[in-house]
Amino acid sequence: MNQPAQMTISNEVAIEIDTMNKWYGTFHVLRDIDLTVYRGERIVICGPSGSGKSTLIRCINALEEHQAGRITVDGTVLSSDLKNIDKIRSEVGMVFQHFNLFPHLTILENCTLAPIWVRKTPRKEAEETAMHFLEKVKIPEQADKYPGQLSGGQQQRVAIARSLCMRPRIMLFDEPTSALDPEMISEVLDTMIELAEEGMTMLCVTHEMGFARKVANRVIFMDAGQIVEQNEPEEFFNNPKSDRTKLFLSQILGH
Amino acid sequence: MSGTHAHTAAFVRTSEIPPSLPPQNEGGVGRWMRENLFSGPINSILTLIALFFVIRLLIFVVPWIYSGVWTADSLSGCRAVLEGARGACFSVLTDRWHQLLFGSAYPHDATFLSFMTGVPVEDLRFTSGVRENTNFFQEFFFGYWRPVLAFILLFVAIAPILYQDLPRKMMIFTGLYPFVAFWFVWGGSIWLPITLLIGLGLAYMLYSNLAKQSFFMGVLAFLGVVIILFLNPITMVFGLLDFLRDLIAAMGWERGDNSMMLADRFQGAASIFPLNAHVVEFLSSIIPIELQSVASRDIGGFMLNMILGTVCVSLSLPLGIALALGRQSNLPVIKWVCVVFIEFIRGVPLITLLFVANVVLAYFLPPGTNFDLILRVIIMITLFAAAYIAEVIRGGLAALPRGQYEAADSLGLDYAQSMRLIILPQALKISIPGIVNVAVGLFKDTTLVSIISMYDLIGLIRGPVLASTDWNGVYWELFSFAALLFFVICYGISQYSQWLERKLQTGHR
Ligand SMILES: Nc1ncnc2c1ncn2[C@@H]1O[C@H](COP(=O)(O)OP(=O)(O)OP(=O)(O)O)[C@@H](O)[C@H]1O
Ligand SMILES: [Mg+2]
Repeated sequence: MNQPAQMTISNEVAIEIDTMNKWYGTFHVLRDIDLTVYRGERIVICGPSGSGKSTLIRCINALEEHQAGRITVDGTVLSSDLKNIDKIRSEVGMVFQHFNLFPHLTILENCTLAPIWVRKTPRKEAEETAMHFLEKVKIPEQADKYPGQLSGGQQQRVAIARSLCMRPRIMLFDEPTSALDPEMISEVLDTMIELAEEGMTMLCVTHEMGFARKVANRVIFMDAGQIVEQNEPEEFFNNPKSDRTKLFLSQILGH
Repeated sequence: MSGTHAHTAAFVRTSEIPPSLPPQNEGGVGRWMRENLFSGPINSILTLIALFFVIRLLIFVVPWIYSGVWTADSLSGCRAVLEGARGACFSVLTDRWHQLLFGSAYPHDATFLSFMTGVPVEDLRFTSGVRENTNFFQEFFFGYWRPVLAFILLFVAIAPILYQDLPRKMMIFTGLYPFVAFWFVWGGSIWLPITLLIGLGLAYMLYSNLAKQSFFMGVLAFLGVVIILFLNPITMVFGLLDFLRDLIAAMGWERGDNSMMLADRFQGAASIFPLNAHVVEFLSSIIPIELQSVASRDIGGFMLNMILGTVCVSLSLPLGIALALGRQSNLPVIKWVCVVFIEFIRGVPLITLLFVANVVLAYFLPPGTNFDLILRVIIMITLFAAAYIAEVIRGGLAALPRGQYEAADSLGLDYAQSMRLIILPQALKISIPGIVNVAVGLFKDTTLVSIISMYDLIGLIRGPVLASTDWNGVYWELFSFAALLFFVICYGISQYSQWLERKLQTGHR
């Protein structure tokens, strides 16, 4: 088996979450979350529906606001200061379950928009970068089409390329394959595996356990807004400690 | 079970089915009529009934138009020609078209007309002379070249907005057009629009420099420059103080002393404002370029409807966008100001606002301020339309999935960028039918100004034209003409919007 340990993980901290808490109204979604992510780490987050996985990774790029605790991304503390938030967001790429491509722009424009406006990259250079990453996700020939003309799997690969065009240091994935038909899942996962092999720091909410075994160096299991268990994938799947993890694993691996 | 066995037998395709062309629609009028008009008994009956009414209508209208009289000089003249037969009296149009289009008192340019036709100016002073010595086209294009040219240039100005494929450089003319058109229609010294343009340019430069640090500082600086250059801050401030004092006196809290109007006492100081008036006076004395100036009350007819329509639509769109975004704002103050404004304006009939513009606003304005009636009406109609457009756009914003906002945010775009590049292009596209609906309605509602005794097309027909002894009683011809003019414009707008919607179609999400 492809050992994750081959990929380099440094001692440098990429994300540090310190007793973070979040409420929706009176509903306590995230409770005392502590998590340190080192540069080059690939972390898979799983857990039952409604356990707060999406909320957790959305807090990291401030799509959701946390109410207590501290999140440090790349050395910058997330505060309500808009300048800080925009800086962090331009360093952190995010891929959504429903792709969220911009339907009124072509694929190429989707990929060049943020580099041109946020990074102030010259258009020509931005287009070259975009083509580079579109080739990497294996759809350069679709550059002039609109998102509505692509299949789901292609759209998700464009979404990944769009994030990569900002040259992020961290990538967040929120169930990137769960809106896809089975035969499209593997094309997206292949792209993600390639990315992992290049040493990208990745936080990935997914139920693709094959992917977790293959590339993750840590699996985190969440339930009811808490981190219940985290471990190396082998250990996590073969020898879960908590009863809730066992139950969850038996449910998703059972059939 | 054995019966179905044959159907479930294994199947493997061995030969390819070659691609073929899609089936053609077979033509033929007969077939089309059978399918669309007589496809069943009910449909056939409906077709026949509709046909009956259409033919009746045509029998009624066509001869009326066909035997219409174009050259009589009054209604009784028409009747004399018709000798009791049915027929339209279009002579009212040939006699009064300049009034219907430009207003009763809008001056024709006798000098230019004489220059172009060779007829001596003395013979072209009055309408009767113009009619005797020139034909319709000469009078229209040369006598009224100012509004006609402004109208033609309008299409040049809006072309790059309507067709994004045209060269972007044309937008420069679009930016200049309001000043050009203003000069053509209102006349006066050319230095007035030029100083206006330069002053606004200066204010904008100051704004764009300051806005990098603080948006509000930028806006304040912009407004400050505009007030100092073009308005009269002294009469504004003291007039307001006088007004407040009168108000307090009227409420019986304190005795008013009208002999001490502050605005009067500071007349001297006030006369240095507005600054640009002095600049204009100075420049005109050196390089006098001017057109005969026309007072706002002399601007009327369909031209007034066009001015109100275009100005108000183009102002209310940005204002409506701002209100719609403000209503979504996270800042409670901005949000509530927008909500209260929108709900108030939508709850009040336009005609009330026009009366406010006409009568009530005068009480609130400092004495001595000369606030043009057309300008007041433009402000009121713009506010009215902006409230509706804001609601239409809010619908468009609400229809966008949250994911679009999140994707824009997650890429690090700031608020202005994500609105301008991601959210508004999509929201506006969804809102096109609604916006066009408001624009068309607004254009037609400009006829309401006839009620506050402005002479727009309808005001003119109901007033000077129908009240004249010559044309008293020519309703059908005049109102059909008005309907035709409005229909042409409104239908054009609606066709454009449908074309735009098709063009912006980029496949489903
Ligand atoms: N905007 C919101 N307002 C109120 N409650 C919310 C909101 N968003 C999510 N929640 C609640 O917070 C909890 C955690 O939601 P979250 O989307 O993080 O779950 P999840 O683990 O990603 O689930 P799934 O696997 O279904 O995506 C859920 O119970 C959800 O109902
Ligand atoms: Mg989720």
